[in-house]
Amino acid sequence: MSGTGARLGAGLRADRVSRRADGHLILDGVTLAPETGSTVGVLGPNGSGKSTLLRLLAGLLAPACGVVTLDGAPLGDLPRRTVARRLAVVEQQSDTQVELTVEDVVRLGRVPHRRAWTPASADDERAVRAALERTGLEGRSGRLWHTLSGGERQRVQIARALAQEPRELLLDEPTNHLDVHHQLDLLTLVTGLPVTTVVALHDLNLAAMYCDRVVVLCAGRVVAGGTPGDVLTAELIAEVYRVRAAVSREGPEGRPHVRFLGTLV
Amino acid sequence: MTTGSVPGAGARPRRGTGLALGAAGAIALAASLAVAITIGPADIRVADVWSVVAARLGLGSSELTPIRDGIVWQLRLPRTLLAAVCGAGLAVCGAVMQSLLRNPLADPFVLGVSSGASTGAVLVVVLGAGGGAISVSAGAFLGALLSFALVLLLSHTLGGTTDRVVLAGVAAMQLFSALTSFVVMTSADAETTRGVLFWLLGSLGGAGWTDVWLCLAALAVALAVCLPYARTLDAFAFGQDAAAALGVSVARTRLVLLCVTALLTAALVSSAGAIGFVGLVLPHAARALTGPGHARLLPVTALAGAVFLVWVDTLARTVLEPQEVPVGVVTSLIGVPAFVAVLYRTRRAR
Repeated sequence: MSGTGARLGAGLRADRVSRRADGHLILDGVTLAPETGSTVGVLGPNGSGKSTLLRLLAGLLAPACGVVTLDGAPLGDLPRRTVARRLAVVEQQSDTQVELTVEDVVRLGRVPHRRAWTPASADDERAVRAALERTGLEGRSGRLWHTLSGGERQRVQIARALAQEPRELLLDEPTNHLDVHHQLDLLTLVTGLPVTTVVALHDLNLAAMYCDRVVVLCAGRVVAGGTPGDVLTAELIAEVYRVRAAVSREGPEGRPHVRFLGTLV
Repeated sequence: MTTGSVPGAGARPRRGTGLALGAAGAIALAASLAVAITIGPADIRVADVWSVVAARLGLGSSELTPIRDGIVWQLRLPRTLLAAVCGAGLAVCGAVMQSLLRNPLADPFVLGVSSGASTGAVLVVVLGAGGGAISVSAGAFLGALLSFALVLLLSHTLGGTTDRVVLAGVAAMQLFSALTSFVVMTSADAETTRGVLFWLLGSLGGAGWTDVWLCLAALAVALAVCLPYARTLDAFAFGQDAAAALGVSVARTRLVLLCVTALLTAALVSSAGAIGFVGLVLPHAARALTGPGHARLLPVTALAGAVFLVWVDTLARTVLEPQEVPVGVVTSLIGVPAFVAVLYRTRRAR
């Protein structure tokens, strides 16, 4: 999905990025240019390079070839703080030894906006309140992190990400450890946010339901990209996942629904 | 205070109480210093002790004999001040390391600094390394730096992540402990062994003004470097990737803070020996008072560590009068139950 509709250079963009580890390519010439405000799903089997792509997009790893740009500027040339004010990351699972309340965690989102010594500004307070409100956590801001369920923790991390006031949000398999209710709940929340979202997902049906576009990675290469309806076909699923599947249009708004029938050898 | 009232149960008190805690800590420290210098085997009246200090500071005069004046000004005061500085420094190092390495068991000695210092000191004392040109303290300091360099190199080779730093530290600790034991067992006579052992367990007995100024300077530098990193340390709560995603330069932060804590620990250990447990326990205790925010945690930890070690040292030098118990033994005897209590408290909180 090269540059479809996105103004050239606007927003976050990966241009033919590759990444090597232990001598072999994990990512091989991947281009990704999410349209402003859209939700892009990154799909693919284990080890296909989803997490690596997200880490490159977040600037946590540097590409071996190619470049990740934010409004045209290479990510590696920007100070980390500048990047963190634009771009927020939610990891698959996060945990801490520190005894933090929900509000403490959300306040971490203001770290890139604050200088040493300065007390929290009105902007900081407003951003934290807004993030708590948006994620429905106002009543639980004093709860301790360790007492939260997996779903609540992810919700708190999303609130923290929102407190960063990003324009781009990157999520690496955020629903992995959640039950079905919390999976749907979380993705409804995320896709309703006024930010550009790139989300790695395992579950094809969740991707079909919530993503505006999807990219499918296989062995570090993009093998398909487009709307879920165009991309998620029985043939592609067979090729990429080595699984027999029947794809119907029974999802919400006529989106595809995948039913798995068995593995292919 | 811009933070509004926080809805929900279990909300932690915020900055107002932080200032109150700081003030209470400062007063407690001043009072502890004032009282601790009046306690000792020489029978000097409390008022006389204070008048010596006042006279030395240029306020009024004291009519004590030079010997008694010396006991207060050359023995008790530097010793008590060194205890305060060591306590504060070790506790701050512990707090920084625990957050930076995301390991509640991290303490200043995890970087192998103390065991390196011990080896350095033992080489000077037992084998006469340096041919008399370097003192025991200098030997300890060099050993500490060497050991820390080894830890940095090892952890870098092993992959550079924070858990590798801890593992490299443990490896260095074992290596240098073995070297120390080897040198002591093969080369030292009984008398030297006893002296070395006392130093290994930590002792403030030989404290002079030079030690105080040296350690105080190291502490001041370390605090000046670490305090501006308070919010950065907060960002490490969810690991280094999360910190990096919040705009922290992880590699630089880690290098700066590891180096400054290692230097401070090396300075403290070369003056007072390896006083264990302060750096491990005090940060946990302080965290229970202040909550996790480092802007409040670091100063409160420093004050708590200072007060703690002043009293532990007072206990160590008086409990078996005229014999002296190594201060490191007392810190551990008190520290272990305190540690268990702190852990028990956090267990319930989960």
